[in-house]
Amino acid sequence: MLRFISHNFDGMEGIEIYPIISLLLFFIVFVTMLIIVIKMPKKNIDEISQLPLDNDTNSKENNYE
Amino acid sequence: MEKEQFYYDNKIVKMFLWATILWGIVGMLVGLTVALLFIYPGLLEFAGSGNSISWLSFGRLRPLHTNAVIFAFVGNGIFLGVYYSTQRLLKARMFNDVLSRINFWGWQAIIVAAAITLPLGFTSSKEYAELEWPIDIAVVVVWVVFGINLIGTILKRRQRHIYVAIWFYIATFITIAVLYVFNNLEMPVSAFKSYSVYSGVQDALIQWWYGHNAVAFFLTTPVLGLMYYFVPKVANRPIYSYRLSIIHFWTLIFLYIWAGPHHLLYTALPEWAQNLGTVFSVMLIFPSWGGMINGLLTLRGAWDKVRENPVLKFFVVAITGYGMATFEGPMLSFKNVNAIGHYTDWIVGHVHIAALAWNGFMIAGIVYWLAEKLWKTPLYSKKLANAHFWIGTIGILFYAIPLYVAGFTQAFMWKQFNPDGTLVYGNFLETVTQVIPMYMMRAIGGTLYLTGFILLAINIIKTAKAGSPVEDELAEAAPLKKISGQRIAGEGWHTWLERRTVLFTILTTVAILIGGLVEIVPVLLVKSNVPTISSVKPYTPLELEGRDIYIREGCNNCHSQMIRPFRSEVERYGEYSKAGEFIYDFPFLWGSRRTGPDVHRIGGKYNDNWHFNHMLDPRSTSPGSIMPRYSWLIKNDMNASNLESKMRGLATLGVPYTEEEISGAKQALLTQAKEVENNLRQDPEYVKNYGSSNIQNKEIVALIAYLQRLGTDIKANAPTALKK
Repeated sequence: MLRFISHNFDGMEGIEIYPIISLLLFFIVFVTMLIIVIKMPKKNIDEISQLPLDNDTNSKENNYE
Repeated sequence: MEKEQFYYDNKIVKMFLWATILWGIVGMLVGLTVALLFIYPGLLEFAGSGNSISWLSFGRLRPLHTNAVIFAFVGNGIFLGVYYSTQRLLKARMFNDVLSRINFWGWQAIIVAAAITLPLGFTSSKEYAELEWPIDIAVVVVWVVFGINLIGTILKRRQRHIYVAIWFYIATFITIAVLYVFNNLEMPVSAFKSYSVYSGVQDALIQWWYGHNAVAFFLTTPVLGLMYYFVPKVANRPIYSYRLSIIHFWTLIFLYIWAGPHHLLYTALPEWAQNLGTVFSVMLIFPSWGGMINGLLTLRGAWDKVRENPVLKFFVVAITGYGMATFEGPMLSFKNVNAIGHYTDWIVGHVHIAALAWNGFMIAGIVYWLAEKLWKTPLYSKKLANAHFWIGTIGILFYAIPLYVAGFTQAFMWKQFNPDGTLVYGNFLETVTQVIPMYMMRAIGGTLYLTGFILLAINIIKTAKAGSPVEDELAEAAPLKKISGQRIAGEGWHTWLERRTVLFTILTTVAILIGGLVEIVPVLLVKSNVPTISSVKPYTPLELEGRDIYIREGCNNCHSQMIRPFRSEVERYGEYSKAGEFIYDFPFLWGSRRTGPDVHRIGGKYNDNWHFNHMLDPRSTSPGSIMPRYSWLIKNDMNASNLESKMRGLATLGVPYTEEEISGAKQALLTQAKEVENNLRQDPEYVKNYGSSNIQNKEIVALIAYLQRLGTDIKANAPTALKK
């Protein structure tokens, strides 16, 4: 099925560069993410990490442990 | 702002809870059954010798076990946790009750369909994607319904920030959708038979790109999402490091998608693709262990609670199991370690550490904890839950350790040479009988684990009976203020990204697609990656039918068709496998485990009578063999009614069958079948017992023809025929 499109790529010059581009892309995204995360304000972090603990239901959460 | 009142849908959570317990027991029972078949291959031959039952044979039950555990047990367990936590984290009822119900009943219907069709032999042969094309379509529909329901809930949420657990759910939804669709692209040739649109090396790469990511995005990311919600919830303290959880998320989804080729090290896959898989698999240890540490350290200062609370005990062992499995994974991705572990029981041990400890115990912990919340009553018996914990933990150890021993034993026996250069264990069977005691211990481990799980079922039933059924739980929260889609003053980039659900979803998709495309596109598109061999020809009509029987019986569950370029394997099996030999293999049948020997060069190794007798009773030709009898192959008439449509389908996919070959296929099939029958008549014993049984019309003839063809094409034209 893929042979209908694949022949277009057979002779494509420099197709080997694709993996290198993606690897670079990966590292750029990764480093950017790292910087963003490190710079996140502490206040926000604390607020978000409390989310699962919000006991917001009317019927009080049971604690049977 | 005015608070709104709304109800959480607890009914759907309960439905998934019961389904999880039910399918958990079923999946583990089938698992125990196949484990026992290793020790007693004749266990399910109720009607006595020579009357084995096709739909109870190992090759058909093994896919049932894997599918039941992955998609039925863990699948329902995931939905259970996702439907509970999503509503609470987003402060909203699920987007649409009807979609929730379609998700539930659709998923159960698919499981039932799988439980019927897999034993009947309807299989595509691709591991964890065995279901045939009509069921595949149903899976996609139900999965999309789940996705709409999830994203719809996110859009109508009352909580601005989206907690990290939800991101894991989004990534799961998207990635599984992409993987499942691309791996299951098939050409249907009848109502329940299709051929993969890829062949050989390409099919193998796509399959393991899928196979590994089924582990990553079905058994890992959603369960990590559950970990990030339920561990803090149960321990009543926030996650150790939220920053680490963000790094964990992005790194994990970015790296995982590249790792698939580590299932194909030393195979005929192009070297660069193997190396790519190794590099990314090794890197995966960082996010995985980051996640494990994050989970365990959440309990810092709360270890006293672990002593008190069975739920936390389950979580601790689960997260430890995650750490063990994700340490082993990268190690097994090193080529030198993989050379030992691949095809052995080590891999089976490895996946069960993940399945039994990580998935099974995570879900067990969640089920116990939710039972109290859902029925508003204390657990029926904490003692019983503790008993489950200990029986289950010992079960895991009894399961995994013997298989590690078995795995190393197999690897070393397979590779052991005499000083004169011959194999010490030239007969493969010696390497099987040697590890039978390990299989016994594994079955004991499985029994213990199942026993523990049955205790859970009892405990939950009793709890439910004692409690009050609160189907809709009242909650209140203020609706979200409308704010601009732009980043607001003082808002961090990631915080901004988190509230843009659609953008976030798209970025996740891009992240997973980059890895997939780079890995797969070149192999699919660049011809030089699969050097052709001129002497490799398409299968004859009879061989094609035989190959479909091989697929139906699930022979690939125990026999590989991929000889790695090692001295020990070339000595044992013959010339190592070349990529060009598989170009007409729709789908590929390389296998992943050698319970029996490799069969890629089986063609011509034995005569037709040997195969006939071996299928009828493997222990008559190979004493001590644990292979099932295939007596029905000698009784069943060959059904070649779809032959033409099969060949037409394959011709469309690129197999050079001519129109004459297709129209003359039936005749060619009969001629070749007669030849095989004539060969069988060389043996007077055969003539005496089956001489008048019309064996040339039976399925066995097609299977023999296929087996005798296997791996013979390159012999016709020595390896010099290799051309670029």
